[in-house]
Amino acid sequence: MILSALRGINANKLRSVLTLLGVMIGVASVILLLAVGNGSAQTVNSAISQLGTNTLTVRPTGGGGGAQTAASTGSTKQITMAVGREIQSAKLGHVRAVIPQVAGSLTVASTTASETAISVIGTVPAYFTVGTNSVATGSSFTTEDVTTSAKVAVIGQTLAAELFPTGSALGQQVTVGGTPLTIVGILAQQGSIGFNDPNSVIIAPISRIQASFTGYGAVSSLTIEATNSDAVAAAQGEVEIMLNQLLGITNTADEPYTIINQGSLLQTAATSAASFTALLGAVAAISLLVGGIGVTNVMLVTVTERTREIGIRKALGATRGAILGQFLAEAATLTLLGGVLGVAVALIGAQFPITGTLPVILPFSIPLALGVSVAIGVFFGVYPAARAAAMRPIQALRAI
Amino acid sequence: MTPLEQTGDTPVLQLTDIHQVYGTGDAAVHALRGITLEIAQGDYVAIMGPSGSGKSTLMNLLGCLDVASSGTYLLAGSDVKTLDENQLARIRNRQVGFVFQSFNLVPRMSALGNVELPLVYARVPRAERRTRALDALDMVGLADRANHQPQELSGGQQQRVAIARALVASPTLVLADEPTGNLDSASTDEILAMFDLLARDGRTIVVITHEKHVADQAHRVITLSDGVIVSDRITANTPMAGSRS
Repeated sequence: MILSALRGINANKLRSVLTLLGVMIGVASVILLLAVGNGSAQTVNSAISQLGTNTLTVRPTGGGGGAQTAASTGSTKQITMAVGREIQSAKLGHVRAVIPQVAGSLTVASTTASETAISVIGTVPAYFTVGTNSVATGSSFTTEDVTTSAKVAVIGQTLAAELFPTGSALGQQVTVGGTPLTIVGILAQQGSIGFNDPNSVIIAPISRIQASFTGYGAVSSLTIEATNSDAVAAAQGEVEIMLNQLLGITNTADEPYTIINQGSLLQTAATSAASFTALLGAVAAISLLVGGIGVTNVMLVTVTERTREIGIRKALGATRGAILGQFLAEAATLTLLGGVLGVAVALIGAQFPITGTLPVILPFSIPLALGVSVAIGVFFGVYPAARAAAMRPIQALRAI
Repeated sequence: MTPLEQTGDTPVLQLTDIHQVYGTGDAAVHALRGITLEIAQGDYVAIMGPSGSGKSTLMNLLGCLDVASSGTYLLAGSDVKTLDENQLARIRNRQVGFVFQSFNLVPRMSALGNVELPLVYARVPRAERRTRALDALDMVGLADRANHQPQELSGGQQQRVAIARALVASPTLVLADEPTGNLDSASTDEILAMFDLLARDGRTIVVITHEKHVADQAHRVITLSDGVIVSDRITANTPMAGSRS
């Protein structure tokens, strides 16, 4: 039956090849687009694990954020270094560390180059133990550096390369908003999930940044490290209660800060990546459908062309079922061939990045696309095949 | 004095008051107007008549390609009218071997493949199919052309393949519709000789033709006109004519 189906397909090569092409493109695009969606979802997921899912960020609200605006929230008390120390020393059950940060955007210059609007962060050494903020070369500054407001800094890789294109940045001096800082360490390369390059930063002891730029008022944010990723929600509750006590807030509906759970943010990103995948899959499914309609068209033409053959076969004793089976087998073989070629194309195509994402093929998508292509062959082949099978032998024999 | 009385055998084909009407009302065409006919086992019958006389209609009915509007047709004892589509297909497969004017071989399929077809539909196992098809091809002298495609064969050869195909399932009836209509005289003689041979073998053969010399080969000639039988005669070359009367 398959052999006779192949013979039928072979009988009109060009037409069969074009149909095959339609199915092939459909199947390949289903697999590839799903793989692209999956690839981007995996990028987000790896970003989640990179960021560390056991951290919370406390930010003052009101205005555009940042150290300066915290002062204008109107709340009687601000989130300051002291608040951070209080939370740390309270030894809350689910909080391992409290890392205060102040941030600003300043011009950073070496003797040869200068970069404007560079993200400058002041913090404590514990910052480098959270997530992927580790130091790759050199060392982080020390607690003592924080106490003494030492003029030292850790620099991101991109910024290091821009300021010191010829040699290592380590031990070199940069001026940050006029203050000279000595580079003691270079951050490890970090993945980017937004518009800001996390590798274009400079990090200094918080006391130094406060002394030179932001003043000793409110901090930009507190990073709270929970004891483990399951304790994040509990830590959030503890920190919230503590903060409300420290800041003297009674109306919890109007807290002058927000607590951001990075993990849940990225969960959202992962969810949107999943719906992106689904959307791509739907687009690809449409192209597969179009391929299927192509199969119907070819089979209809084939049936018309082979009316006489159908008549002969019926005269020789072919039942309705036998004719139906023959044409269905042809349609199914045609689409299966197209499907197999489509899988091959997809497997090859997945080796190359598409729109910046390396596609990761979903294992289930291959049998799915193949199955769907054959199902389409059968589904769209049924009508022409049924037409062929229903022909009365004398009418079919009289044709042409 | 019907041929049946002469032979005394059980008829293979028995038609009683067959009418065939196409269309309805004013547009109705009466192709057959009451055909009553019996054909016995081993008969070699030619059905003659001018075009429009209803001989093709009769041939379609005899081959179970179509069902009569009224009347009964018994083929090997079973009433065709009571059969459903699949049973009719089965009858065509087992009881009838067709030989068409335009050969009607399946294109792009070897002679062997064509001859095997009826056996495919009869669900005969592959190996047996092959042997029987080769035997049939051998019988028509084309065993050496088994793997040729129809378009690589001459008209006479194609018709011989068609005859092999008609015979391969050992049908009750070989039904030929203008089998020599598309052939030159040499090939015609070849095919007629083959039919002669089959008749001598005791096959039941019905040949539809309008050529007199083709009809003359048969043992019995039925002439149709306007949907009725106008003559039914035994020819001189009937071997049974002398022995059985």
